Amino acid sequence: MLSISNLHASIGTKEILRGLNLQVNAGEIHAIMGPNGAGKSTLASVLAGRQDYDVTSGSVLFDGKDLLDMAPEDRAAEGIFLAFQYPIEIPGVSTTNFLKTALNEIRKYRGQESLDAVQFLKLMKEKMKLVNIDQSLLSRSLNEGFSGGEKKRNEIFQMAMLEPKLAILDETDSGLDIDALRIVADGVNKLRSPERATILVTHYQRLLDYIVPDFVHVLYKGRIVKSGPKELALELEEKGYDWIKAEAEAL
Amino acid sequence: MTPSYVSYNDFKEQLLTSFRDNEELMNGERKSPLHQLRRAALKQFEQLGFPTVRHEEWKYSSVNGLLKEDFGLDTSSTLTAEDLIPLEIPNLEGNLLYFINGRYHPELSRIVSPADQVQITSFAEMLKTDPDFIGSHFAHYADYQENAFTALNTAMASDGVVVRVPDNMTVEQPIILRFITDARDKNIASQPRNLIVIGKNAEVMLAEAYRTLGEKSSFINVVTEIVLDRDARMQYYKVLNETEKAYHIGTTQVSQSDNSHFYSAAITLNGNFVRNNLNIVLNGQYAEAFMYGLYMPNGRQHVDNHTLVDHAMPNSYSNELYKGILDDNSTGVFNGKIFVRPDAQKTNAYQSCKNVVLSPGASMNTKPQLEIYADDVKCSHGTTTGQLNDEALFYMRSRGIPKDEARTLLLYAFSQDVLSQIKIQPIREYLEGVVREKLTK
Repeated sequence: MLSISNLHASIGTKEILRGLNLQVNAGEIHAIMGPNGAGKSTLASVLAGRQDYDVTSGSVLFDGKDLLDMAPEDRAAEGIFLAFQYPIEIPGVSTTNFLKTALNEIRKYRGQESLDAVQFLKLMKEKMKLVNIDQSLLSRSLNEGFSGGEKKRNEIFQMAMLEPKLAILDETDSGLDIDALRIVADGVNKLRSPERATILVTHYQRLLDYIVPDFVHVLYKGRIVKSGPKELALELEEKGYDWIKAEAEAL
Repeated sequence: MTPSYVSYNDFKEQLLTSFRDNEELMNGERKSPLHQLRRAALKQFEQLGFPTVRHEEWKYSSVNGLLKEDFGLDTSSTLTAEDLIPLEIPNLEGNLLYFINGRYHPELSRIVSPADQVQITSFAEMLKTDPDFIGSHFAHYADYQENAFTALNTAMASDGVVVRVPDNMTVEQPIILRFITDARDKNIASQPRNLIVIGKNAEVMLAEAYRTLGEKSSFINVVTEIVLDRDARMQYYKVLNETEKAYHIGTTQVSQSDNSHFYSAAITLNGNFVRNNLNIVLNGQYAEAFMYGLYMPNGRQHVDNHTLVDHAMPNSYSNELYKGILDDNSTGVFNGKIFVRPDAQKTNAYQSCKNVVLSPGASMNTKPQLEIYADDVKCSHGTTTGQLNDEALFYMRSRGIPKDEARTLLLYAFSQDVLSQIKIQPIREYLEGVVREKLTK
């Protein structure tokens, strides 16, 4: 589904991703871990199309299409979703209105009919149950005055509504207490399917207690330096990143 | 001392001559107190002349462009009722008064409110039938000593509307004043004058809406005087949607008594040069004034909103929110003055002006001015001018909303704080449509 090869990206003159390779297939969950400054959030941002980054070389294919050539809105329409580490507050636009616009724009891109108000509300009710989110939150301005937990839950709700093929969760666990974490993880797990894939970008192993990955990758200095099964996360939790750094430097 | 006004130019001479020619035809009326007042105003205009940018109140708004135009005295129009159909605001009910090139046209208008609820008369008609009523209010509120355009209007105004709401009456239907300038064949200048007198515990909704047709230049210099007796309530909207060759200078002067409530919204959609003055004197205890404004110039348009709230008595309240969206090479000015007089203890006065500048060629000048002479008051003011939030745009795009649509959604939401204040629903819906259309362009 997603093939990243030899990806180099920089911000200004600073190179952050330095030859990253990653293959994600449908149905898989990949965890990307690594120390601060390794390039985890950069990877998430580059995949979603944030324009602050310059991709200097390498390629990203999504279902065989060149992702890097697409505008952020086209990537979303192709089925990529980024759950933000710091969701943005949008004054004056309700979550409901926002999602209705987004969903229908995506449907338009795919040549599908727009959902009318009734169909949209029905879908929304169904997904609200899934992530246990309150109606009152959805009629308020998007993320405005939301608590950290409410913002993250809203991200997962948006994900449930847009049903992406590939979801990228950027540090979704940061700033969450254990109850909120459980609700978010629960939402992600319910959306698991053989057609979809997930990339979890996380600093801590904690989230992986709730969302069990198929693969764990360690990102260090802009490259994946180690990959392994879910047990690798536990090892990292126990031993920290120093041994990985030492291994990587030795190469 | 450098003079703040210069006193040259043909337009001014032309206006002075026109006044004097008109005077020749007046016979006995020349001696009337009203005419004496007009003469005093003309003399004042003659002394002041048109303002230059050296004048503090006109620092960012040069009227030089206006003075270069050639406006004749012929304000005739061939507009028919059919020509007005495309200008209609859908579903608008109530009293609808058409003014073409400043002249009231009863045959195009409809007055539906019963006469015991409200008396709606043209200014010209009122001058003939009840000059004493006009004399008892005319120029009592709008200052012609300092403001050259108000002086000019006071001297020259011949038509507009007079609205009187008797005590304890709620005018159920709104009053819509449509000022249409027909500049299809020639340059047109007009000077409407409106007087709105609202009795004790009475209530009315009134809108002034300005449109210009045609490619020629136009100039409107309007003055509206509004008096609210105690416990009176008013919703007042001013909507400008004029052409790239339209000059609009307007003053709305409001006088409020005890416990009266005044709500206003000034919406400037289009116009070449716009200056809106809104001056409110809170001349009574527990009087409240709410002022909202939205302006969205593009191209080379210039929009200047000057507001003044004068808290003259204790326990009064004012709240102001003006918002601007500026594109291309447009310029905007916001000047918000709040006076709190020594007697006006327990005043609450809030002011906010927020702007989004969409292009490097556009600019906004904001100037809040607070002059507070009482010690037990709550006042705040804040102005912000910034660009569209890139993070918000990316966030929306990452959800599948195309860039232009995301931009429109954000700006439309920005404008909603002001548009949602408009209580005449068809006008609000019309404005929402025009705003959306302008944002998608």
